[in-house]
Amino acid sequence: MATTSNSIFQPASVTTSGRPVLLPNEFEHSLLSAVDLEPEPESTTTTRNPPPVATPFKSGLLTLTTHRLLWLPSSSATGAGAVSIPLSSVSHIFSPKKSLFHSPRIRFQFSASSRTVVVTVVARGKGDFDGFLSKLWESWRGRAWENDVDPGTASGSGSVSGSGDGGGGGGGGGGFYSSDGSVRMVGVAGILRKEQQMWESTDKSLQEAFQDLNALMSKAKEMVMLAEKMRQKLLSGSNSQTGAGNDEEMGSKEEMQDWMLSVGIISPVTKESAGALYHQQLSRQLADFVRIPLERAGGVINLIDIYCLFNRARGTELISPEDLLQACSLWEKFDVSLLPIIYKTVTVVDRPVMLRKFDSGVMVIQNKSHSDNEVFARIKTLVTKPDALRVGITASDAAMTLGIAPAMAKEHLLTAEGKGLLCRDVSADGFRFYVNLFPDIATDDLHAVKDHGIYSVWIRAATTT
Amino acid sequence: MQKLGDFKLPHFFNYPPYFTLQPVRDTREKQVQLWKELILDYCRTQKVFVIALEEEFPLFSNPVIEIGGLRRLNYDAGSLSHEAREAFLSALVSEGRAEWLDKGHRKCLILWHRIQDWADIIIHFVKDNGLEDGVTTIEEIRSGIESRGTELHGIDRTILMRALKLLENKGKLAIFKGTSTDDEGVKFSV
Repeated sequence: MATTSNSIFQPASVTTSGRPVLLPNEFEHSLLSAVDLEPEPESTTTTRNPPPVATPFKSGLLTLTTHRLLWLPSSSATGAGAVSIPLSSVSHIFSPKKSLFHSPRIRFQFSASSRTVVVTVVARGKGDFDGFLSKLWESWRGRAWENDVDPGTASGSGSVSGSGDGGGGGGGGGGFYSSDGSVRMVGVAGILRKEQQMWESTDKSLQEAFQDLNALMSKAKEMVMLAEKMRQKLLSGSNSQTGAGNDEEMGSKEEMQDWMLSVGIISPVTKESAGALYHQQLSRQLADFVRIPLERAGGVINLIDIYCLFNRARGTELISPEDLLQACSLWEKFDVSLLPIIYKTVTVVDRPVMLRKFDSGVMVIQNKSHSDNEVFARIKTLVTKPDALRVGITASDAAMTLGIAPAMAKEHLLTAEGKGLLCRDVSADGFRFYVNLFPDIATDDLHAVKDHGIYSVWIRAATTT
Repeated sequence: MQKLGDFKLPHFFNYPPYFTLQPVRDTREKQVQLWKELILDYCRTQKVFVIALEEEFPLFSNPVIEIGGLRRLNYDAGSLSHEAREAFLSALVSEGRAEWLDKGHRKCLILWHRIQDWADIIIHFVKDNGLEDGVTTIEEIRSGIESRGTELHGIDRTILMRALKLLENKGKLAIFKGTSTDDEGVKFSV
């Protein structure tokens, strides 16, 4: 994975909107902006290797998670250049030397490809440096990575948990299913048994969880993991069980998978973790989040819908409508969408998202690639059908054809009207929209009809009744 | 093709949006243009001189548009709103092809010929009938044998008076009180 230029760091995956791709069970703790990374030349191996060229890691965003330190270049238009240092490889954090004349800095030592490197983190920004430092200590001591259990080798879990400082995450996340490793559970019976088992463990977890808040938080993480694991099992179950299951069984499985999937965002950006960078980071997380609902909604989704979905996914870390609006309006500024996604070494240029305000004041999130022209073309086809030529269409007609909500459809119709594609007829029961014939009618001779044109098509349709 | 008496209506008269004031500027301009032409056309052929906004006017509603179905039954469907009527007539007024007869914009004088054009028609009429130095009454111009078959026949009195006043100011004629109380005479000096 290591690139030639930055051989001491591991490259890090970044989502389209510039949020780091987290490992399973990894959570964000703290963020610092305007951070430089300064690798120090190696003193021990000078005879064999030239000192590594200190590639500039200037002014990036440093993210501390339970597992890693992630450094993202702030200016990059691509995800390239993002690097990570696993906390597990950090062997020593030097005590900081306070100085009035320098920016605050942290030195630490870590091993990378059988070398030992010392790196200085220089914080030039205004972030909460002391808070970051204490979180770093906390995470490093918390050794959350030791709790990660590969689902396949679950029996090896149960290692010593970090200590009492809550932030590191409670112990034994994989414990619940460790005993199941030997039992193959498929079909409804399997699900039921698993559910039963989960019930019991949940019961136990709940009792423990209410002991104190820290414990509750770590239990919540476990719950998410549990759900994720359930889903995995269900998936593998449905694969191994070929053709045997009837439809109902498959249906209930899918439903349950949906529930599991909707458990939510594992590491929501919070004011606590992101501090001053809150809105910026929230905006990026939101950009990642909206992709799926947006696709499902056909490229345009109401802001209110996203607010509900987003907050639901965040669980307890709710955001205010104001925060959502701010996060959306930041997209313009950061142009989240131009960042190609670097995910599992495959580069995908993803669809951009944007906030759009209709003339009526309705706000939606839409793909930038979502073109009005496409919608207009479909509306045009709709209004030029013989029936629609005669009696027009309503917003609900358009909603049905376009597969979107009537309110949304009306916005599209009004926009199309504004473009001169449609015109309206207002009657007692609301609006009906017709294809706009006015441009096709001659004013010098009111009775003239051009042979080919929408006007003549309309006349034919209107007179055949 | 639909007709109002002997007036042939254009196809778009059955187009429902034609009867709803369009909010989009370009569309509305075209709609207003079409209404102006239609109103002038109709008034010229039907010799309508005054349109009262609050009264029935054949052009301002189209019963055929009710074919849309029941939805329009309890609604003055295919009928222009007061706002729309006023908008179209105001467009004519601003072009000098109509004039409001009252401040409340309830009655509108339609000038399919401008006053100047009417004045020219009168001069033409005078010359045709050898009245260059003659005397006639206003009623005779409007309903006399001489005017039969001309555009002056049945002309609105207000318009006729306006045209005559214009000619009077140019010294082409003099208006004087006639023998009967409500009749006025005209002495031409073309």
